[in-house]
Amino acid sequence: MNDKAHAPGPVDAGTQPPYLYAPYVSTRLRAPTRPLLPLPEDAMTTVGPLFGPHAVQRRDSDLTLGGAAPPIGERLIVCGSVRDDRGRPLPGALVELWQANAAGRYRHARDDHDAPLDPNFTGCGRALTDSAGQYRFVTIRPGAYPWRNHPNAWRPAHIHFSLFGAGLLSRLVTQMYFPGDPLLPLDPVFMSTADARARERLTAHFDPHATVEAYALAFRFDIVLRGAQATPFEGA
Amino acid sequence: MDAGRTPSQTVGPYLHIGLDWLAAGQVIGTRGDLLITGTVYDGAGVPVDDALIETWQADAAGRYGGLLDDLPLGFGRTATDSAGRYRLRTDRPGAAPGDASHLHVLIFMRGLLKPLLTRVYWPGDPAIGSDPVLQRVPAARRASLLATAGDASQLHWDIHLQGPLETVFMEV
Repeated sequence: MNDKAHAPGPVDAGTQPPYLYAPYVSTRLRAPTRPLLPLPEDAMTTVGPLFGPHAVQRRDSDLTLGGAAPPIGERLIVCGSVRDDRGRPLPGALVELWQANAAGRYRHARDDHDAPLDPNFTGCGRALTDSAGQYRFVTIRPGAYPWRNHPNAWRPAHIHFSLFGAGLLSRLVTQMYFPGDPLLPLDPVFMSTADARARERLTAHFDPHATVEAYALAFRFDIVLRGAQATPFEGA
Repeated sequence: MDAGRTPSQTVGPYLHIGLDWLAAGQVIGTRGDLLITGTVYDGAGVPVDDALIETWQADAAGRYGGLLDDLPLGFGRTATDSAGRYRLRTDRPGAAPGDASHLHVLIFMRGLLKPLLTRVYWPGDPAIGSDPVLQRVPAARRASLLATAGDASQLHWDIHLQGPLETVFMEV
């Protein structure tokens, strides 16, 4: 193994966050310190894990259902495409989503933020992309909330996304942010990606076409996953 | 150069809300004859109580893929408990010729802006000496990828994020 410090490949080049990003304090004791092991080219060509068409139910993608009454907050449609880095749509991709409620509180035992829980909002959903690689959730706009990373630290409003693509190296967990949020440049999680153009991909865009009259505004968050590893028969 | 890929972000501390539905603690489609347990430690040696471990493995014949009730065969997900301990039931996977039996492992947690990739190998597998990935690991660090046998139905494998016992992680 190459024992020199790990040099990020051209794929990274500031468009993905590093493991160690000191302003995000929790990375300091959790980022690996030794060089990463390069894998043989054929080591990760396995396709999957993939999910079947009934892995989730239709109502799993509507976070405003499931309570005795609708949750408090501004109802939103959050939708977008899932593609690989060659631009190919990924149908049948599992998208898992979780978020705080409108007051900035998660329904989680470890969230002790002094903001109200909403008995009608669990904050989690799931969807599979359709045949064109599109997903769509109905939810409510999450609130910002304080955290302990540094004095007076606040996370910008965000929605957590988890995605499965073609192979294990395509797996992505990320966060969607809202355009124009003044907290974004102050947030070390958001700012951990050095490249400003890459960071913009984390911000949703208002989508007037997906907005439903008299029902909900829509925000579009298009996601690009790493493609399947090339095999010796591809792209030669 | 990055072809427009969406940047990774941390799962944060509240990952369980969105991911617990599939965190059954047993690899999908396995009998669960074998229990793998261990603890995840941070750089101060403190157990990590908010980690998520995902695993991916071949079936007994060494093949990947397939579905059970629309969920992926060979995929496992488990979260660490308040003591930083995880538990995952599975069966021993098969391996391609020359490879040793292993699970692919992805680790997510607060403080990881992108997942860590590693592998856990079965102890005593005669193919350990020829496995093409293990061959690349300096001998002194190979033990970090080998589970240890408790009894016939139990394996132990700790994950060290930093320090002298730091687990070997791989380029993603």
